[in-house]
Amino acid sequence: MKIKAKILDAEGIKRTLLRIAHEILEKNQGAEDLVIIGIRTRGAYLAERIAKNMEAIEGKKVPVGAMDITLYRDDLSEIASQPIVHSTEIDFDINGKKIILVDDVLYTGRTIRCALDGLIDYGRPANIQLAVLVDRGHRELPIRPDFVGKNIPTAQKEIVEVKLTESDDQEEVDVLA
Amino acid sequence: MKKVDERKWTKKHLLGIEELSAGEIELILDQSERFQEVLARAIPKVPTLRGKTVVNLFCEPSTRTRASFELAAKRLGADTLNISSSSSSFVKGETLKDTARNLEAMKIDAIVMRHPCSGASYFLSQLVKVSVINAGDGAHEHPTQALLDVLTIRQRLGKIKGVKVSIIGDISHSRVARSGIWALKKLGADVTVCGPKTMMPAAIEKMGVRVTYDIKEAVKGADVLNVLRIQLEREKSMLFPGIREYAQRFGINRQLLEKYAGDKTIILHPGPINRGVELSQDVADGKNSVILEQAKNGVAVRMAVLYLLSNIKS
Repeated sequence: MKIKAKILDAEGIKRTLLRIAHEILEKNQGAEDLVIIGIRTRGAYLAERIAKNMEAIEGKKVPVGAMDITLYRDDLSEIASQPIVHSTEIDFDINGKKIILVDDVLYTGRTIRCALDGLIDYGRPANIQLAVLVDRGHRELPIRPDFVGKNIPTAQKEIVEVKLTESDDQEEVDVLA
Repeated sequence: MKKVDERKWTKKHLLGIEELSAGEIELILDQSERFQEVLARAIPKVPTLRGKTVVNLFCEPSTRTRASFELAAKRLGADTLNISSSSSSFVKGETLKDTARNLEAMKIDAIVMRHPCSGASYFLSQLVKVSVINAGDGAHEHPTQALLDVLTIRQRLGKIKGVKVSIIGDISHSRVARSGIWALKKLGADVTVCGPKTMMPAAIEKMGVRVTYDIKEAVKGADVLNVLRIQLEREKSMLFPGIREYAQRFGINRQLLEKYAGDKTIILHPGPINRGVELSQDVADGKNSVILEQAKNGVAVRMAVLYLLSNIKS
């Protein structure tokens, strides 16, 4: 597949995450009771960046966690061998907290469904809000984001590729076709 | 994508440690740590194996292993079915083959089997299409016990490579010893075995272990003592003169530990313990004992095994 369109470069990603941090703080009127949980792999890195932005804005540390959703996937029986389970690190109490769930690309919504199921096993949060870097449409479940970096209309056969320095040594978002 | 773990599990059955590579053992240990986290959650259960059925076929008595496998399957969302030989059609003379085939016809997904005959789980794996997990076959192997032992050691000592482990007891009849030696040697531990001469298999050195018949030698400088259960029913078999003498010559007690072992030496025991025989009361419950940690880790290890095996097609 070839790059059809470059959606965001390093500067674009940085500005987008800063805006999302501001929007989260605005909507929640500060960082009180907020916790941020990113979905592995890239959502976890984005969650850490958003948390850093929020700390810079509010001067208050926000707890950050990472979640692996493998054990909640609904397509395990359709793939050849079991995917490796990565670590879930939620080292704080989520009861009564407002959770900002972070992922890189929102597509069918199935990953988010997994994460919601998983989070409920940790306790009873006050609410869960969803922040994504890219929303590419084609939802298969009734799930919608609260904070969106970029809306990108795509065809289903296209791929949205997010590259972050933490995992890919590069920093950009492309649509491949 | 450099930081993404791309290891893959490919085996359909877990019959022994002998046929596993160091990488495969490490993969199971790493996945076990993920399941330890699941077990620490407010709701320690995931829906991963929902709709799957795991049969525990136990043709020998067991508390720990059976409970552990049953919990592991349930914590993964699978249904479990427990069959013990004493209350099954085995007593009417039904063969293992017929039992297994009939169970399989009821649409199950895995069989966990303990059996008094070495090689029974291999035999079973040739008969059925579902995954077979060996929960102990005769004096051959008990792979999940070895895995939970090395996990416990790795977490307590931070590594396996170069760690000095002494396995003490009836080495000849012990599947725990055999699986343990395989796992420890593959991961680079320094292994010593110790027991009465009558309970030491010939040519055990070929497995890469040091042999001693002196308990002081085995305890001296060891980071880990894996103390095996002495099978009391063997007293009649003349392999050792008496339980009292065994306790005196090979039993681990406080004085022995204080004199020859380090403060940080950890004591493992696969259970059930004969208190006052292979382990004295104070050692079994003492600060060096990690026996209850082993039991706890066993559930996570078995979850990892059930998870990895559960989706291998061929």
